[in-house]
Amino acid sequence: MSFLSLTNIKKSFGPVQVVHDFNMGIEKGEFVSFLGPSGCGKTTILRMIAGFETPSGGSIFIDGKDQGALKPNQRNIGMVFQAYALFPNMNVHDNVAFGLKVAGTSKTDIDIRVKQMLGLIKLEHLADRFPYQLSGGQQQRVALARALAVKPQVLLLDEPLSALDAKIRISLREEIRQIQQQLGITTVFVTHDQEEALSISDRIVVMNAGRADQIGTPFEIYNTPATRFVASFVGTLNIIEAKVADPAAGSITIGNQPVTLREPIAGLNGGDTISLALRPEAGSIAEGAKGDASISGEVVSTSFLGSVIRTRLRVGSDIISFDMFNNPGIIPPASGENVTLRFAAKDLLVIRE
Amino acid sequence: MKKIWAWGALLFGILYFTLPLVGMTNFSLKMRRGEYSFDAYAKVFGDPRFQETFTYSVTQALFTIVFGVLLVVPTAYWIRLKLPGLRPYVEFVTLLPLVIPAIVIVFGYIRLYNTSSWLPLTGSAFGTNILLMFGYATLALPYMYRAVDTGLRTIDVATLTEAAQSLGAGWATILARIILPNVLVAVLSGAFLTFAIVIGEFTMAALLNRPAFGPYMQLLGANRAYEPAALAVIAFGITWGCLGLIQLVSRFQKSAPPKA
Ligand SMILES: Nc1ncnc2c1ncn2[C@@H]1O[C@H](COP(=O)(O)OP(=O)(O)OP(=O)(O)O)[C@@H](O)[C@H]1O
Ligand SMILES: [Mg+2]
Repeated sequence: MSFLSLTNIKKSFGPVQVVHDFNMGIEKGEFVSFLGPSGCGKTTILRMIAGFETPSGGSIFIDGKDQGALKPNQRNIGMVFQAYALFPNMNVHDNVAFGLKVAGTSKTDIDIRVKQMLGLIKLEHLADRFPYQLSGGQQQRVALARALAVKPQVLLLDEPLSALDAKIRISLREEIRQIQQQLGITTVFVTHDQEEALSISDRIVVMNAGRADQIGTPFEIYNTPATRFVASFVGTLNIIEAKVADPAAGSITIGNQPVTLREPIAGLNGGDTISLALRPEAGSIAEGAKGDASISGEVVSTSFLGSVIRTRLRVGSDIISFDMFNNPGIIPPASGENVTLRFAAKDLLVIRE
Repeated sequence: MKKIWAWGALLFGILYFTLPLVGMTNFSLKMRRGEYSFDAYAKVFGDPRFQETFTYSVTQALFTIVFGVLLVVPTAYWIRLKLPGLRPYVEFVTLLPLVIPAIVIVFGYIRLYNTSSWLPLTGSAFGTNILLMFGYATLALPYMYRAVDTGLRTIDVATLTEAAQSLGAGWATILARIILPNVLVAVLSGAFLTFAIVIGEFTMAALLNRPAFGPYMQLLGANRAYEPAALAVIAFGITWGCLGLIQLVSRFQKSAPPKA
């Protein structure tokens, strides 16, 4: 059994079921992100792990121990909230010390531990400040230190960065990841920002309407999305509607242009519609570009994103985006121009619904 | 033109409120014929009954405040946290003492807790004191509840509670260490109002026959000339002192905004 194991977790609010048979095992020291759109049940699952909500069914085990009968204050869990939730009447030191005081730790041990924690978040010099005297990023670091001070078995973070501005968001997420690895603490991180999830997680759970659509490493989630939802939610994958021509030969048509897949298509007949995913960085229109497949289309637009240029191509009824690295020597195609995009047939992924 | 009216109204208001006060103060200083003196005040302060009743009422006020805080803070907290749907009803209940005359409440008490009842609180001085304190707490409830509830609105009660719970705190710790300190200013202003109410209350104390300050003021007023005026100025001073303290405390609050 995994260190943190969620088995057949269900949750209904009144007649509405918001979490459906959620199963997952999280290993000790692992950093797992729950990624999904608003309202898909991420917070609800987190709150069930913390004990703030009671599951309508299923069980939660931490380190082999059933958490079902334990109240939130009996579980050994650290929680970081989107709104920081520092105690306004206490300074930074007392906030971090709170959990230790509750546990009856001696004053000398508290002082040592608080120092250590403030060192970890590099805020030793602000120990006497009150929350209202801190920036959002500083408050959230204090909240992290407060949660970690009691040495929880599991750390839960519910969109801890979404109230911060972009720059701090990036630096703080790296700081969180680094601290997490340093302490080796099992962590569940909730976000609806796919870049955030991809950049700091060991594994990602992509959630859709109360279900886990896919659980995998960032590499797997990004490169081999299991469902159409995952493909469209994670990254900027192209979803292409194609027609099956000959399933046995793996041949299809995209906007009447024939393309042959690497493998035969199972379970579909000629004339059926099939969804395919193509990453924007998988194709090229450069002279002599490599690739065993190609499609032509009309350039709809090009946008300059700094290091890459993203071009949108109309092929039949599909719009396909592709990226090329910025190169001052190559002028990007103009709108209305007809170009041929070459790519490897193996990069075309069949998506199940 | 408009300005003149505004100033006129203000002037009228000021005179309306201050003239009687000035007159009363003036009168209270005239005990000695032909010159101003504090004779009346000296008399009042020197009266052992004054000291006795004032001490009694202050003690009652303090107990009422403690009882009110212990009753209202957890209640208002719980309602905000777990039963927000009940808030309008509870608010309505706390307003009832404003519409039900004190005399009705105290007659109810006497009927319920008389010496031949199941709980004969009026049988002993101690029991009656407790009953009177309950009565005072009821009278102060509208102010106390409102003050505390407003205080709770300025903090994120639910999230702070969960943060404390996840750090291992139980309900008593959460109330004492997180909730109470954060609504302390609101609690204090409720407390000062309670104090002012208890010091001046007449009906309940008189009907329960306790040696409180209110009945003493009434008694003095019925039998003397100058002393009641002095006493009224003193009582007025106490009330305004309390209001001043509320102002002071809420100003103190501004230097430390509580919002998380
Ligand atoms: N206490 C509650 N009572 C009723 N419905 C609730 C309650 N809490 C959450 N829900 C519903 O459950 C669903 C999932 O909510 P949840 O907060 O878990 O979403 P989320 O994935 O965290 O979304 P977000 O990204 O917006 O935070 C939503 O449809 C929400 O309306
Ligand atoms: Mg949420």
